[in-house]
Amino acid sequence: MSHLRSGAHSPAPVDPVEAALLSRAQTGDQLAFGQLYSLHKKRIYSLCLRMAGDTAEAEDLTQEIFLQLHRKISTFRGDAAFSTWLHRLAVNVVLMQLRKKGLAITPMDETAQNAQEGKSSSPLSFQDLTLTGSIDRLTLERAIGDLAAGYRIIFVLHDIEGYEHSEIAAMLDCSVGNCKSQLHKARLKLRAALRGLSLQETRS
Amino acid sequence: MREDAKAMSCEDFQNQLAEWVGSSERPAPHPHLQHCARCRALLADLEKIAEAARELFPVTDPPDRLWEQIESAIRRESSSATAD
Repeated sequence: MSHLRSGAHSPAPVDPVEAALLSRAQTGDQLAFGQLYSLHKKRIYSLCLRMAGDTAEAEDLTQEIFLQLHRKISTFRGDAAFSTWLHRLAVNVVLMQLRKKGLAITPMDETAQNAQEGKSSSPLSFQDLTLTGSIDRLTLERAIGDLAAGYRIIFVLHDIEGYEHSEIAAMLDCSVGNCKSQLHKARLKLRAALRGLSLQETRS
Repeated sequence: MREDAKAMSCEDFQNQLAEWVGSSERPAPHPHLQHCARCRALLADLEKIAEAARELFPVTDPPDRLWEQIESAIRRESSSATAD
């Protein structure tokens, strides 16, 4: 992991309250399942919102993730922290649903991408302006939401959720090099978008 | 510092940025940055973006009605499984 978030990927200490809920939910206790939902809904919904970039889609995805969780919760054996297991389940559901919708989420190879974007692989041109001051959260969230799905997913998984390139490459069925290249392009697009938003705010 | 690193083109430097940004493994300062203001600005911006992204935490609660929808869907699944 390049960095850790809220214990989502690291072996977190076992929370006795969550462990008890999990144990009850695994035996079919719906009340306990509802309490597990309450504990994890914010993290899962935020993940869906960032990956899908749309609230209606994020709600559908969150519903599908908790339905899948309900079907599979009895198979959780505690090999990883529950939050890690649930997070991975959530990412897989989101990727599967986006694929079903025909969104291009797997990075194209460089040649195809350059041809489609009408660009060569030469260094990017620069404006004189650079980002000034700190980047506020809402502005960044907005710029991430505006990225094309393929760029957005890699940026969210790596830079926000903390997955390694090798993990993302396996999820997206692409090479590690391609994943790195796509992340770099995503960051460049965010930079351009943030500059644009910053200019708009200055002018308004 | 190696002379070939100092003479590195912007393109070569930028090709390595994907590895360095957000990583603690970047050797700093890279000699190319000493004489290239554009790449310095690019690197500073990309690191600022990566840092801001790391500070984004789950912040949004789903609407309350979503749990009701999930509960209904679970009930439908359970009753159809029983019927089967």
